Amino acid sequence: MNLFFFLFSAIIVLSAIAVISSRNPVHSVLFLILAFVNAAGIFVLAGAEFLAMILLIVYVGAVAVLFLFVVMMLNINLEEIKFQVKKYFFSGLFVGLILLAELFFSFSNLDLIRNKNVMVTNSKNLTNTHQIGSIIYTEYFFVFQLSGCILLVAMIGAIVLTLRKRPGVLRQTVSKQIDRKKEDSIEIIKFKNNNAN
Amino acid sequence: MQINPTYFTLLSALLFSIGMLGIFLNRRSIIIILMSIELLLLSVNINLVAFSAFHQNLTGQVFTMFVLTVAAAEAAIGLAILVVFFRNKGSIRVEDTQQLKG
Repeated sequence: MNLFFFLFSAIIVLSAIAVISSRNPVHSVLFLILAFVNAAGIFVLAGAEFLAMILLIVYVGAVAVLFLFVVMMLNINLEEIKFQVKKYFFSGLFVGLILLAELFFSFSNLDLIRNKNVMVTNSKNLTNTHQIGSIIYTEYFFVFQLSGCILLVAMIGAIVLTLRKRPGVLRQTVSKQIDRKKEDSIEIIKFKNNNAN
Repeated sequence: MQINPTYFTLLSALLFSIGMLGIFLNRRSIIIILMSIELLLLSVNINLVAFSAFHQNLTGQVFTMFVLTVAAAEAAIGLAILVVFFRNKGSIRVEDTQQLKG
């Protein structure tokens, strides 16, 4: 298991470095997908199968494809973005290294986790999905509903932001259509039929 | 399955630092910064899942789901703003976002 853990984490770290350093944004998105797939593997190793599948579906299936759509839709010319790398390199590297050193120091000195191992044992003999479902619909019910509201707001916001009205396009006027009555639009004409028998 | 949880936290620290470095370093395009934010949230998720497995407590995994929700919403809104920005300015360089300067 340790072998798989180190394999996945090495691929995650390398592809994360590739995400922030590659010139082409499409390559960055593809490396981001690679990082997420390997993070799903890490989740499976830690015993969170449901979250691993959610990560694959939500990130690789939706968010990364959304990123790819936007990158390809924006049509950024690559010549323009090639410079401006060196300017912030050393200050950024300084901040990143300080953060990394602090995190390493604090995590490797954590007495709680130093002597024990992660134990993925399924004590109740239930699947991970079953356990999460039994906790999320009871204890965290309102938070769950709130996250649904967040998704709704995000969807409406994205639509409102990117909607645009172009001149010269015929579109439906909904209020006019609703206001239309039967009497306004249909005229019943009775005519005599002389040859009726 | 025995994995030292320190490894999980060190992996998460490394990933967080890389994402932070991406935000500081990348002055080229906003889209790389959005991807760096996704990396940061991923490292937070790895940490939460590792501690959830360590404590045998599912709250960490539930919280990871909420973090995933917020991350998805943030990506959608951010990309929508990016599209509008590109439509108005014609580029997505960070230096071009100076209209709000007083």
